Amino acid sequence: MSSTQFGKSTGFRRVGTPNLFPRVAGAISIFLAFAPLELAGQAPAGLPGAAPPQFVVVLDAAHGGNDTGGHSVNWAEKNFALALSVRLRSLLEARGMDVVTTREQDVTLEAEQRDEIANHANAQACLSLHASLSGNGVHLFVSSLQPAEAARLVRWKTAQATAITRSLGLAGVLNSALRQAGLNVTLGRAALPVVDSMTCPAVALEVAPDANSGQTATDSLSDAGYQAKVAEAVAAALVEWRSEGLSGGSHKGAREP
Amino acid sequence: MIPRYQTVLFFVLLAASVIMGAVLWQLRDRAEQRRLQAQASTPTRAPQVAPAVQATLLVANDADDSMAERILSLPLPPSAGARARAILGKLLDLYAAPGAAHPVQGGASAITQVFLMPVSAGEAAVAGPRGKTSAGANEAKNGPEMAVVNLTGAFAASHPSGIETESLTVLSICATLHANLPQVTEVRFLVDGQERETLAGHADLTRTYLTSEAEPAVVGAQP
Ligand SMILES: [Zn+2]
Repeated sequence: MSSTQFGKSTGFRRVGTPNLFPRVAGAISIFLAFAPLELAGQAPAGLPGAAPPQFVVVLDAAHGGNDTGGHSVNWAEKNFALALSVRLRSLLEARGMDVVTTREQDVTLEAEQRDEIANHANAQACLSLHASLSGNGVHLFVSSLQPAEAARLVRWKTAQATAITRSLGLAGVLNSALRQAGLNVTLGRAALPVVDSMTCPAVALEVAPDANSGQTATDSLSDAGYQAKVAEAVAAALVEWRSEGLSGGSHKGAREP
Repeated sequence: MIPRYQTVLFFVLLAASVIMGAVLWQLRDRAEQRRLQAQASTPTRAPQVAPAVQATLLVANDADDSMAERILSLPLPPSAGARARAILGKLLDLYAAPGAAHPVQGGASAITQVFLMPVSAGEAAVAGPRGKTSAGANEAKNGPEMAVVNLTGAFAASHPSGIETESLTVLSICATLHANLPQVTEVRFLVDGQERETLAGHADLTRTYLTSEAEPAVVGAQP
């Protein structure tokens, strides 16, 4: 049976005039307008004597409130995502990173609220945290938008196009770290409205059960040891990403996953 | 001594029951013949209007987020829309089978219709008032076409939630359509005839998918 890695070739892009956006909210005008957005990672290099540039990570715990995400009788994706966000935040802060989270509680957030938080943080890495009872290990997704040249004016709905190359680099670093931790990893491209509007290097990280654990899907995802393993590997990846990015001066040309 | 009128009545009733018995017997015979005739005209196999043709399915696998080509011989109806529905039905039957690598409940009955229409008409129909989508859409013409896949609400409601699993369902449908009907370049999804935001919380069903970009980089075949 011939099998091909889907993510390498199968990015779908938006065509035509996008109509309804999942999680439609009031601020539709924002989508249609050209919003000037400062591109992450393009701040001028530090002046002599200035404080070292701060490394900012945005953690977006997906779903929340009315939006449960995936769920079973005794498991909900929104709770898993929030727990992972809390766990990661303390690991990253312990490593000297600035962490901005989109939610700290079980609240409903629209896509554009998440993106406003993320894009104002001027972050070097943005992670959209999901979980699924299907699959095995950790699924990494980069936006399926085609790369675009950085411009002064960026269309809100496709802002991620200017960061795709760096997002692929971030996905590559995450892939290595998660594999090193003994986890199964898949890489793919997907059209994800929240990620598509982020200006930072962004990856959607979906935690699936560990098929090798011999546990049921729900038990595997509820296993604190498994959650800790994933979080530690992600933290290690971001440490690596920081060293690559800040010591190298630029994330341009970062390795592909 | 039995009165004469009683004897006459007895014979009249006897004759009546014999006649009724005969009529019933005949009716039973006729019913039996009708049943046999009906049985003879009921196809025991799928009608092979057209000879079995090769269909290419791109079958998703959750374990490695991949799609593998699988070639099957299927009796397919001549109309392009019906053929598309039959092929996608087979794909969803594989997903509903026990032990599937991409388990999704529903099977072939999860696809209500597949409409085909010229790309420009498709854009207008989907963006415009509902109902236009089916107008004169089933005949394949030259030029690129948009397929509108109408799924059942039950299928969407029971679909597992997750970026990977939902994307694989959407993309394997797109890739399978393109593999068998190369003129299909764009795909849109409806659920119970209506536009829906996502399949099960993740895969965006409000957008148009381009089939050309669903083709695996390396195409191999497994008969
Ligand atoms: Zn999710």
